[in-house]
Amino acid sequence: MGDYILLAVSCILVNNILLAQYLGNCPFLGTSKKMETAVGMAMAVIFVLVLAGAITWVTDTYLLKKFGLEYLRTIAFILVIASLVQFVEMFLKKSIPALYAGLGIFLPLITTNCAVMGACLINIKEEYTFIQTLVSSFSYAVGFGLALILFAGVRERVLIARVPKPLQDTSIALVVAGMIALAFYAFKGMA
Amino acid sequence: MSEAVLIMLALGGVCGAVLSIASKVFYVYEDPRIAEIEYYTAGANCGGCGYAGCSAAAVAIVNGKASPNVCVVGDAESSAAIAEIMGLDTGSVEPAISYNDCKGGDRKEEKFSYIGVATCKAASSLYSGNNICDIGCIGMGDCVKACNFDAIKIGEDSFPVIDQNKCVGCSACVKACPKNILSVKTMSERLLEFNSTNGKLAPCRQTCPAEINIPKYISQIKKGDYQGAVNTIRERNPLLLSCGRVCPHPCETYCRRGIVDDPVSINQLKRFAADYEMNSGKHIPIPCAPDTGKKVAVIGGGPAGLSCAYFLRRLGHSVTIFEAMPKLGGIIRYGIPEYRLPKKVLDWEIEGIINLGIEVRIDTKLGRDFDLQSLFASDFKAMFLGIGAWNDYKLGIEGENLKGSWKGIDFLSSVANGRQINIEGKKAAVVGGGNSAIDCVRTLVRKGAKEVYIVYRRTRKEMPANKVEIVAAEHEGIKFVFLAAPTKVIGNEKGDVTHLEYLKMKLGEPDASGRRRPVPIEGSETTLEIDILITAIGQSPDISFMDKDTGLKELKTTRWKTIDNDPLILQANLPYIFTAGDCATGPSLVVDAIGGGRRAARSIHLYITSEAEEEEENKINKIQPVENALYKKHIPESIFESLEGIVKKSRVAMPELPVEERIKTMDEVDLVISEKEALDEADRCLDCCRLCYNKETTSA
Repeated sequence: MGDYILLAVSCILVNNILLAQYLGNCPFLGTSKKMETAVGMAMAVIFVLVLAGAITWVTDTYLLKKFGLEYLRTIAFILVIASLVQFVEMFLKKSIPALYAGLGIFLPLITTNCAVMGACLINIKEEYTFIQTLVSSFSYAVGFGLALILFAGVRERVLIARVPKPLQDTSIALVVAGMIALAFYAFKGMA
Repeated sequence: MSEAVLIMLALGGVCGAVLSIASKVFYVYEDPRIAEIEYYTAGANCGGCGYAGCSAAAVAIVNGKASPNVCVVGDAESSAAIAEIMGLDTGSVEPAISYNDCKGGDRKEEKFSYIGVATCKAASSLYSGNNICDIGCIGMGDCVKACNFDAIKIGEDSFPVIDQNKCVGCSACVKACPKNILSVKTMSERLLEFNSTNGKLAPCRQTCPAEINIPKYISQIKKGDYQGAVNTIRERNPLLLSCGRVCPHPCETYCRRGIVDDPVSINQLKRFAADYEMNSGKHIPIPCAPDTGKKVAVIGGGPAGLSCAYFLRRLGHSVTIFEAMPKLGGIIRYGIPEYRLPKKVLDWEIEGIINLGIEVRIDTKLGRDFDLQSLFASDFKAMFLGIGAWNDYKLGIEGENLKGSWKGIDFLSSVANGRQINIEGKKAAVVGGGNSAIDCVRTLVRKGAKEVYIVYRRTRKEMPANKVEIVAAEHEGIKFVFLAAPTKVIGNEKGDVTHLEYLKMKLGEPDASGRRRPVPIEGSETTLEIDILITAIGQSPDISFMDKDTGLKELKTTRWKTIDNDPLILQANLPYIFTAGDCATGPSLVVDAIGGGRRAARSIHLYITSEAEEEEENKINKIQPVENALYKKHIPESIFESLEGIVKKSRVAMPELPVEERIKTMDEVDLVISEKEALDEADRCLDCCRLCYNKETTSA
């Protein structure tokens, strides 16, 4: 149990997918202008990443490794994840319309997201078990959500702050992202 | 290698198969219109409409959450195409445009000097901004940054100016503005707008019963945009020629300039603009919303009925006016004499309203020629009662029915109808102190009466008639008999009136109306030799149709015989009947009737447009009164005690026909001011808003 908690903490804070691994920066900048959107995106990522982690682990273990085709990992994962998201979208629309209404518009944005892809590849590289994969995927997603929501909060404040003209909007957002990343760097000391 | 290819093909095949099966299993019916509509949207996923992408917008349109013109990039053509797919009445594709009502800018006063972040949002978060005016524009231009179409900029006076040609009505500026300065509205929405307690309203605008945007039309006159001024007035008042002549302009009483010197001659400027249009000989085209096909009956073609019909027509409804008299106009045709409002002016004005496509049935009286059942049978969804107040009160004294004795309205309408009445050389007395009494005496003078008396039981100070009218009557040689209460009409053996006997009065304690109550002096009977007696002591609505089987037996009336209604939405106790004007308020101003007509039009519009979705019971609750409505009250903070920075400059005089000339004919007495005078007068206007105003306007 302790191992899983350690894994979770390391995935959420120490190896934060956004701020330590620098993956998934497009939605990080694109959906962080408003807190509302950021929260929706965070939830969608958690949902998709857990599913994607599971399916890629299964694909890798029972298909690629068996046939010794590890070198096809990236392309196979893209195919599997994209199909999965499409499938989930259809499933939600039919079966859980309420959830679809909340996450629906974000799902297509995540289909080819590097954070999702990256987390899945890390899971394989670290040779996690299935349970470990689930925990780490969930934790990476939570880390993503945490960073995104923190960042959205800061950006909402920056909006009413005095920013020099050349630094306005995306520029100041990148500067802020860098500073938050530096702050997260401190978690490295924990490891 | 071939292994890898096969595996990948297999994986792809499995994924494809799963997805295609899933698309069957999890098939959700999606309105085919969504795809069609998406085709007509720009496809740029720009988010300008406020939805996440074009398909989300298409879904919102199909669900009725967005209007067909939601796409900010699409043009009118695509909106029309979308509306057609939706099978909507094209009424909903009226273009919406952003408006700014605040002219604070450089002239506004500040609570404190703000040197923080230069955005309105930040400034307003500190004590809701640095303006003295809580509702005013902060002027840092958040709206300018929000606009994707370069349609808005901070003008030279430091408040936002909108380029109406570039504006697409996307509402981005509205969302960006922390002060609700900007509003995006279609024409229909503007026509249905009412003064509210948090409005940017000058005192004159708060006072006008028709809620005309007075500062706006005056500033348009100032710029020489007379046509624009006419259009501005027409958004609130369709009878501008008539009002420009007969309105007692309550607005001028509250004119801020009046604190320093004289109020701006608002009504003469209105008349100037209105006459400009008439003298050009061409009606300025009035836009109407596309037809909705809903029918409304307007009963009574007086000012209230005409106003209601006009606004309903502009909102796209099919309106029919039922008028009991041979011509439209009601009391302003039959009660206001030719010398105040020439019939040819009135005809021209009414022609312009009828030309919008309003059907008119003249000589058609409720209870005689039609009733409620026949209206319902003809598919009328709602009706407006604007039948006025045409029953003169009786004096209730002996001899009142002798020959030569008239009722005020009967007399005035007989003259208006061109009936020959022998007045030449006669002596006449008019009982009453209101405007119709004055109208009667001034008409009598013009028709050749030798001596004309006005008999009133209080004094000149208490007369309810307009002061200018009283002065004009004095100039024309009317003899005023004050503090006199008629007691008896004396006739000769032929039954003709010969004398009026009255009791002298003195003023006692003030009564409920605040006027001092006249008390009779015992034994002071006096007689006045007369040939004609006219009673003009007030009127009540003619509700004789209630006695007949018109289906209106249930209609509630008050003890003044006016029709009872909800004062906020003007709906009578029968939900499909709405009422305004004299028949609802008792005798009042023309401009009150016009304002009431528009208020009723709003309620009727809400009533008939909500009909499709709602059940009968819900529909009654459906009409919401205007939010935070001002209802003729004033905003206390906007009424000043004193005023600074104004250079005194006197008001333009009313040009009028000389007395000797005018008492011989029924020609119009008051004349229109010249263009130069109009521009001078318009320049006196301080262009006030709620709190701020232009200082030293006259120095130039």
